[in-house]
Amino acid sequence: MQRLINHKPSRVLKTALGLIPFLLILLVYQIGSDLRKAENEQDKLLPSFAEIADGIDRMAFQPSRRTGEYLFWRDTQSSVMRLAKGISIAAFIGLLFGIAAGSIPIVAAPLKPLITAISLIPPLAILPVLFIVFGLGELSKVMLIVIGVSPFLIRDILQRTQELPREQLVKAQTLGGNSWQIILRVILPQILPRLIDAVRLSLGAAWLFLIAAEAIASTDGLGYRIFLVRRYMSMDIILPYVAWITFLAFTTDWCLLKLSRIVFPWYHADR
Amino acid sequence: MSAFIELNKISKHYDDNVVLENLSTKVMEGEFVTLVGASGCGKSTFLKLLLGTERASSGELLMAGCPIAQEPSPERGIVFQKYSVFPHLNVRENVALGLEFERSPRLGRLFGSARKQALEQAEEWLEAVGLDQSLNQYPHELSGGMQQRLALAQALIKKPKVLLLDEPFGALDPGIRKDMHELVLGLWKKYQLTVFMVTHDLHEGFHLGSRLWVFDKVRHDPHAANRYGSTITFDLPLRSQDGSLDSEDLAAINNQISATAAM
Repeated sequence: MQRLINHKPSRVLKTALGLIPFLLILLVYQIGSDLRKAENEQDKLLPSFAEIADGIDRMAFQPSRRTGEYLFWRDTQSSVMRLAKGISIAAFIGLLFGIAAGSIPIVAAPLKPLITAISLIPPLAILPVLFIVFGLGELSKVMLIVIGVSPFLIRDILQRTQELPREQLVKAQTLGGNSWQIILRVILPQILPRLIDAVRLSLGAAWLFLIAAEAIASTDGLGYRIFLVRRYMSMDIILPYVAWITFLAFTTDWCLLKLSRIVFPWYHADR
Repeated sequence: MSAFIELNKISKHYDDNVVLENLSTKVMEGEFVTLVGASGCGKSTFLKLLLGTERASSGELLMAGCPIAQEPSPERGIVFQKYSVFPHLNVRENVALGLEFERSPRLGRLFGSARKQALEQAEEWLEAVGLDQSLNQYPHELSGGMQQRLALAQALIKKPKVLLLDEPFGALDPGIRKDMHELVLGLWKKYQLTVFMVTHDLHEGFHLGSRLWVFDKVRHDPHAANRYGSTITFDLPLRSQDGSLDSEDLAAINNQISATAAM
């Protein structure tokens, strides 16, 4: 009899086993929904799958009676734009300061304690400050993501830069490279795939900040909609929105990984 | 002929830990010096002094009559045991990088015909080290021995006056190591290089060098192991290049090294 720790499932079995928990959750939900509906037909807490489908149809495929827009897509577009802007700015800041501090000790000396201190400020605590300073428009929502995510990105990139083998930097110097050339040709190209890794890790936090900002002050966006329909206990809209956000987050992560594998094959060679 | 590299009472210590003390000797241009000794005897530290990543605590280290630069420079090529090549560049680009640094001060990157020319020059050196079959491969696709060949080509394209080798073949299989020995000896003769090579393999030291240095401590303080540093205890000229070993010398040195290593 093979030991359990040595028994590896086949590919088919592995996929099947991976799917089972999801199917179980759906099944448990269906049973729960049916039980509640049997007791009270008007129950809103666990809407049936038909009601959820209806909710999706109303939001995504019927124009809004008030504005004539397709709210679901409008929300998606607004949220994704804010997220993309916030993440892009944060990634740029992370790359710039991370590499500068990671490769030049005289830059690291004043920057490192500051970044550590800033990264300890809970971003949501200064959200009111952002609203006061940047107003209630798009800028403050993007800024919350930037402020929430860039300290992590700077620290991570700084760390990755310092982790590059010392030997490589010495070698580059013996090839005649000056500081700028070495940053440009040796450090930067090797840090880019690591930046993608860091961005992937920070996506969860970015969504959190986005939804928080939208919940508090916004007129559209996925987070805004969820918090709006909460007032009517519209679980038939909240649940598909949550599933959609999860799907968007998963897709972004997957696309970034694919991109990294295609553009930086050498980085993924021994991993 | 005057000395090319001159050591004048060099010592190196980190706080209370004396690593090297009182090194004085001369090396002529074109010598192949192999440095052996037990681990922690300071042979790698000495190589770092030559490389410029460490400074001597006292004494002078002269190259061609001038104090050696305190920073790595193209005059001194280096091959480390690992991490000598750039994983994000392919074989040709790895070698051409040295030319790009020189010819493109702003970007460190050449374009168009200048780039083509640099890559062609790189190919010549890759041919010299026997890597002309894998020009477009990335380092991770190469075996350990091929990576070291690449690191050699990279260093040689800058035409260094001194080539420093820090246990370059330590991680290679014995068979491949033998090929690499022949390659290094060939390159040394062909380009009349001055080579310093650190190795923990005494046979390798004897086989490759035209001169062998043994690093060891002459004085020991039983209560404070770091009180005294190492110095060059044997400085053997090795005339023959046919690989024959003087077994008596070898045994004597071997005993001495194992005695220190056991302490």
